Amino acid sequence: MVAFPRIRNFFGKLFGKKRSRVGIYGPPNAGKTTLANRIVRDVTGEAVGPVSEIPHETRRARRKEGVEINSGSTKLLIDIVDTPGVTTKIDYHEFMEYGMEQDEAIARAREATEGVAEAMHWLREDIDGVIYVLDSTQDPFMHVNIMMVGIIEARKLPVIIVANKIDLPDAAPQRIKSAFPQHPVVEISGLEGHNMDELYAKISEVFR
Amino acid sequence: MIQGVQIDMLSAERLSKMTSYEKIRLILDDVRQGSVVVLEKGLTPEEQGKLLETTMMEINPGTFSGIEIETYPSSGSDKGFITKLFGKKSNVPRLMVIGPVDQLKMLSREKDRLIAWASAAQ
Ligand SMILES: Nc1nc2c(ncn2[C@@H]2O[C@H](COP(=O)(O)OP(=O)(O)O)[C@@H](O)[C@H]2O)c(=O)[nH]1
Ligand SMILES: [Mg+2]
Repeated sequence: MVAFPRIRNFFGKLFGKKRSRVGIYGPPNAGKTTLANRIVRDVTGEAVGPVSEIPHETRRARRKEGVEINSGSTKLLIDIVDTPGVTTKIDYHEFMEYGMEQDEAIARAREATEGVAEAMHWLREDIDGVIYVLDSTQDPFMHVNIMMVGIIEARKLPVIIVANKIDLPDAAPQRIKSAFPQHPVVEISGLEGHNMDELYAKISEVFR
Repeated sequence: MIQGVQIDMLSAERLSKMTSYEKIRLILDDVRQGSVVVLEKGLTPEEQGKLLETTMMEINPGTFSGIEIETYPSSGSDKGFITKLFGKKSNVPRLMVIGPVDQLKMLSREKDRLIAWASAAQ
């Protein structure tokens, strides 16, 4: 399994392989879009999509092509795909707690269900590697995380786990490390931009 | 009849004779009627992904809000004999509990113990 990406990389260079498509996955509100925007903005000065405290702001996968990740002397060209948060439940009443009207909340719930299905579809067909983003203030053992990491492992995709929001006082990134000892975990704040260099180094190493 | 929640417990043997589609259909049909399903042997990652996608297609605001699904959190923390021997553990979880999200709440989740609360449908 370790040798496989290298071999593919070798043939890839030989035949002009397409760039690696890296999907940013995780539960709703983990900070996926904030992170995607930071990575893309660091590189190109543009943004991928809007961020919101209301869950399911991202209801369609958004792709940014040809993002160059620089770490030390290595350069890696990847496509970044920001995906809708994955969950097993969507209750429109939750959106109304943020002051949304019922009609609007129901429409958002319908779009969100399609978004989750779309995220799963991308994972099945079009993703070469995954950045799995978790909010360090939340319980990492939520079933949806165990399930998604299980699916990613079953598809043998390279993965980096991001312990996000370490700027918050009740962040406990250590819990994430003990939940997923089999994968590299990078502690960051996507919002504040803390520790991005370590993440870029890991991206260059894992998705090469 | 007494008020309560129906619990459908499926043995590993029974599950092994079912196709993936049959398992997913049975789970969602049960859960949509307000039952809780307990699987002696959990779904594979592929089956869980399919269950998730099918759940999303069947969510209907106001009538069905989705599922609660839980298993012992063995992933990662499970560094047993098999893991050491083959360097990789089985991806099929042990016992799995699935129920309607508005009726089944997980209270706590430990390595070898799950505590859930089930309430009757409104
Ligand atoms: N404190 C803190 N908040 C964050 C961080 N990253 C994202 N957020 C906030 O979390 C909420 C959800 O962010 P978003 O990027 O839309 O999450 P997504 O649903 O995973 O795409 C927003 O209110 C963000 O401002 C972080 O590193 N630290
Ligand atoms: Mg988003």
